[in-house]
Amino acid sequence: MDQNAIIEQLTEVMGEVFDLDELEYDESMSAADIEEWDSLSNIRFVVAVEKEFGIRFSNSEIEAIENVGQLTALISSKLG
Amino acid sequence: MVDPLELPWLRPGPGDFRARIRQLRKADTVSTSELAGLTNHALDLSRLGQISKLVSGHRDALTQKGLLRPVRLAIAASHTVDLLLEALPATGLRHGLLIESHKSDYGQAAQQVLDPASDLAKWQPDFTFLAFDAQALGLSAPILEEATADQAVDTALDLMRSLMRAARENLGTAVIVQTLALPTEATFGNFDVRNPGTMRSLLDRFNKRLIAEVMENGDLLLDTSSIAQDVGLSRWHDPLRWHDAKLSTALDAVPLFADHVCRLLAAALGLARKALVLDLDNTLWGGVIGDDGLEGIKLGQGSAAGEAHLAVQAYARSLRERGIVLAVCSKNEEEAARIPFREHPEMLLKEDDIAVFVANWTDKATNLKFIAEALNIGTDALVFLDDNPAERERVRQELPEVAVPEIGDEPAYYVPILSRAGYFEAVAFGDEDRGRAQMYQANARRASEMLAIGNLDDYLASLDMTCSIRPFDEMGRTRIAQLTNKSNQFNLTTRRRSEAEIAEVEADACKFAVQVRLVDRFGDNGMISVVIFDRGAEEWTCDTWLMSCRVLGRRVEEAVLAHIAAAATKAGAKRLIGQYLPTAKNVIVSDHFAKLGFTQDGELDDGGTRWVLDLGEFSPTTLPMQVDLATDLEASHA
Repeated sequence: MDQNAIIEQLTEVMGEVFDLDELEYDESMSAADIEEWDSLSNIRFVVAVEKEFGIRFSNSEIEAIENVGQLTALISSKLG
Repeated sequence: MVDPLELPWLRPGPGDFRARIRQLRKADTVSTSELAGLTNHALDLSRLGQISKLVSGHRDALTQKGLLRPVRLAIAASHTVDLLLEALPATGLRHGLLIESHKSDYGQAAQQVLDPASDLAKWQPDFTFLAFDAQALGLSAPILEEATADQAVDTALDLMRSLMRAARENLGTAVIVQTLALPTEATFGNFDVRNPGTMRSLLDRFNKRLIAEVMENGDLLLDTSSIAQDVGLSRWHDPLRWHDAKLSTALDAVPLFADHVCRLLAAALGLARKALVLDLDNTLWGGVIGDDGLEGIKLGQGSAAGEAHLAVQAYARSLRERGIVLAVCSKNEEEAARIPFREHPEMLLKEDDIAVFVANWTDKATNLKFIAEALNIGTDALVFLDDNPAERERVRQELPEVAVPEIGDEPAYYVPILSRAGYFEAVAFGDEDRGRAQMYQANARRASEMLAIGNLDDYLASLDMTCSIRPFDEMGRTRIAQLTNKSNQFNLTTRRRSEAEIAEVEADACKFAVQVRLVDRFGDNGMISVVIFDRGAEEWTCDTWLMSCRVLGRRVEEAVLAHIAAAATKAGAKRLIGQYLPTAKNVIVSDHFAKLGFTQDGELDDGGTRWVLDLGEFSPTTLPMQVDLATDLEASHA
């Protein structure tokens, strides 16, 4: 799966999970930028991403992610 | 496979979900049925949360409309229930509830229940759910010393008992407790059930004693352990979520769990469903009684489908025994519909089990209203079981308050899906419940008259039908011959023809013969009608007119008539002649030509009738479908 396709799908998931209608993907975006992104919605987000891409994250992987760019890279590496 | 986590009795979330949410968000007011309609889909947590926000935003208006029952639910939990709280207001809409909920502060669950001056107590809940997990109850690790193990179970129950009493007395609320999901991890393995101190044994004993406790004190019980087992313990538990957020279940289990909480609340408030309305053909038995006859329908031992339909009957009968009223709503000739109940040796359900028996050709929404009136209950107390997706959709549109489970197309799954929908939750069962079905039945006998047809046009327009009318061709021959041999009910002349004879008709320049197909938004119904006319100079005479009953009431026959009238007029004919030749099974089309605007023109031998339509006076009406014709009318007889 190419990077752009991942980004497109990921942006859609973020819109749904954080209930945002207009969302511009930006690699540096993190919980600090989105008001609805708290620790609980982060879990909803992680699980929605797992389901969307058919992958599973470990807790240490989740904890290490600092922004959506890193998340995209992680998804990409898991999809191989 | 039936997966409880998918909420299989609900339709999948609509494709335009986000757009509909956006629209609702912009609106100043929202209608209860619009919100409830959106929630009546299998939705994940994020989507439930979006609807819940709307519910909270419009709570006052929704309360004032009075269509939902307001409920204040406190959750005293020893783990994270925030996601459950997000799901509850939306989920409640499915059950007629307007839920407002409040959770205990972190780590304060027991204290706030026990303290009559706590925030939780001041909030004045109607119900308090004591959501305590194995860890909080000291049962999350094995205790291999037997006396200590017994003591741990005693202590856990003592705590629950005091919390239940405090909630009742200090908070003045109804109380909900839950059994605990058994663990996935074993201490020994298969030996775990034989040792009283393993976690499995501890929880098992705790559950049994908790059940005994609520049987005594009348509190409400959420049987979380059984819900988890149905899902599968390895999918119910998610150690990742327990460790990173103290969530007691996997995230995917929350929508199902929320639905169970709402069912229980609804049942406690008397809002559970009361009656199960059953379709007949392809629901209670396989096949179509009007076409296949008593010997042709599939029911009972001998075929997998026959056994599956029998299982539907067995389940319906068990529901009746616990007080759920049964009714029948079928598109059929009443006489034909009753035959299996009277004569089929394997029928489990008898006419006596059915409180209201409606078999006619009126639309089902109208019939369901009639059934509810006859039983003197609301339509919101009905569950409607029908294998036909078009019928289900029609009922949902006309009567959104009726519960209409998605049962798929595999009869073996009808019962598993219906049962998991939990429409008939109960919080007690006594002698009165046992007798309830009979009581409703007696009331229903008073009512008997049928009601007129409802808002059919809107429904038909919503089906996005395309009717294609084509001359006979080689491709269609097999199916055409099959239809002429199989169709009994909607068949004006019941002339049977072999495939070779169909080929002759196709080649005969004196015949005008068409095959008709119908596609709607639920799929392709395939070839559903065959019509043959004899071409004369002045008159075209109907040789054959048949149609599959599954598309009855869709106005397909009007489209076909318009096509034939146009072709006959173009050929210079002045009149169409129709014939109705009665048989034991085709009474439903005795007024077919009258409905199409023909006038009766004498009688035939054996009770048949002759009909005439003056083409000079015929004008086609606008129909709720696209009609797709062969490009050249003249091609229709080639």
